[in-house]
Amino acid sequence: MRHSIAMTVNGRRTVLDVEPHRTLLEVLRDRLDLLGTREGCGVGECGACTVLLNGRAVVSCLVLAVSADGAEITTIEGLAKEGRLDPIRTGAIQCGFCTPGMIMAAKGASVLEGNLCRCTGYAKIHEAIAQSASPPAGRETTSA
Amino acid sequence: MRPFDYVEPRSVDEAVALLSRGGERTRLLAGGTDLIPRLRRRQWRIDRLIGLRRIDGLRDLTLEDGVLAIGAGVTLEELAASTTVSDVCPLLAEAARLMASPQVRALATIGGNLCHASPAADLAPPLLCLNATLRAIGPSGGRDIPIGEFFTGPGRSALRDGELLVQVRVPAVEGRGVYLKFSPRRAMDLAVVGVACFRSHGVATVAVGAAAPTPLRVPASPDEAAARCSPIDDLRASAEYRREMVRVLTRRALEIVP
Ligand SMILES: Cc1cc2nc3c(=O)[nH]c(=O)nc-3n(C[C@H](O)[C@H](O)[C@H](O)COP(=O)(O)OP(=O)(O)OC[C@H]3O[C@@H](n4cnc5c(N)ncnc54)[C@H](O)[C@@H]3O)c2cc1C
Ligand code: FES
Ligand code: FES
Repeated sequence: MRHSIAMTVNGRRTVLDVEPHRTLLEVLRDRLDLLGTREGCGVGECGACTVLLNGRAVVSCLVLAVSADGAEITTIEGLAKEGRLDPIRTGAIQCGFCTPGMIMAAKGASVLEGNLCRCTGYAKIHEAIAQSASPPAGRETTSA
Repeated sequence: MRPFDYVEPRSVDEAVALLSRGGERTRLLAGGTDLIPRLRRRQWRIDRLIGLRRIDGLRDLTLEDGVLAIGAGVTLEELAASTTVSDVCPLLAEAARLMASPQVRALATIGGNLCHASPAADLAPPLLCLNATLRAIGPSGGRDIPIGEFFTGPGRSALRDGELLVQVRVPAVEGRGVYLKFSPRRAMDLAVVGVACFRSHGVATVAVGAAAPTPLRVPASPDEAAARCSPIDDLRASAEYRREMVRVLTRRALEIVP
């Protein structure tokens, strides 16, 4: 049986019918076309699917969409200002798969214990986050 | 995941009624951090999930008459961040902070951690040391289960059909405690072995996780604690290694809380 749910997604009220066994991650990607939220492991271990649920960073692959009824959701797309994201320092992104989850975790939980990156070795990501938290004057912003 | 039906009762009584009527293939859903991975891996087959999030009171956390009463729906994040928990049982807050990741702790609940009844559940050893009582409500009313009687096997608890865990009650006792969780990675890893120790008025209590079919109270002596365990071999560690770690961590814990 389908359930009607209402969520506020990136500031926009969204009402849709979902099957109870669909995760919030599936609904964001497959129904709302918000493809910035990634599916890595699908079982809570990699953090690629991190979104803010009522202001808290959570792994959206473990949340049933029906249980997000009434919630306020922010995805990486919701952080873009006028369609653009802040520039991110060189080296913090290689393939980029983990990046949206990293940014959402930094926003909602301010630590990255729950995010895996298979490319960078983390040091550059930590530097980039430290910089964006307190941007120094004239920072290097070559890659976006 | 295979399809299933979903309901969100508004009260404990309603949840109990749904649960007792539902039979084996009906399950409770708290944070979902143990349940959803199992459903995704198709380890369990269910027809219906009962979501607990709309039940009033399950998320309350209060200190009343010298007892810290923690609703089953209180999250690990709330346990870790609560000043009441940190004041009254810092041992529990410390164990919560060592669990999973922030994005999982924001979902995962104390009730789910105990009812999943994993031998490695990190909240179990501290709660065993602190003599917690688990309040359950079922079709024939409520009852209090001493935590020492709650775990009956891997994935099995003393909850009866139709029973719901509603509250974890921890007596506020003067003392000092420590939880030593040994795992290869600092974050996001289950314990290879976990040892909790609490010393109150000179008497030490020790409990271990991941070292027997259930979390377990053991004698407050490194050799006797190691002897009491019955660990298994698995991909994380051998039984022999686990037993040795129980000995080492028990000795360390007793040194940390002299
Ligand atoms: C990436 C990751 C890392 C993890 N790391 C750790 C860790 O370090 N340490 C650790 O101990 N665990 C860890 N876990 C396991 C899990 O997060 C915890 O056990 C958590 O506390 C489970 O709570 P939940 O609310 O999500 O439970 P759920 O998944 O919602 O429920 C678990 C079980 O308990 C039952 N249940 C839930 N609430 C009740 C209730 N009130 N009454 C009766 N039955 C109930 C459910 O029916 C289900 O069978 C981890 C999980 C993930 C995905
Ligand atoms: S996809 Fe959700 S944590 Fe990996
Ligand atoms: S940049 Fe490739 S996974 Fe992090």
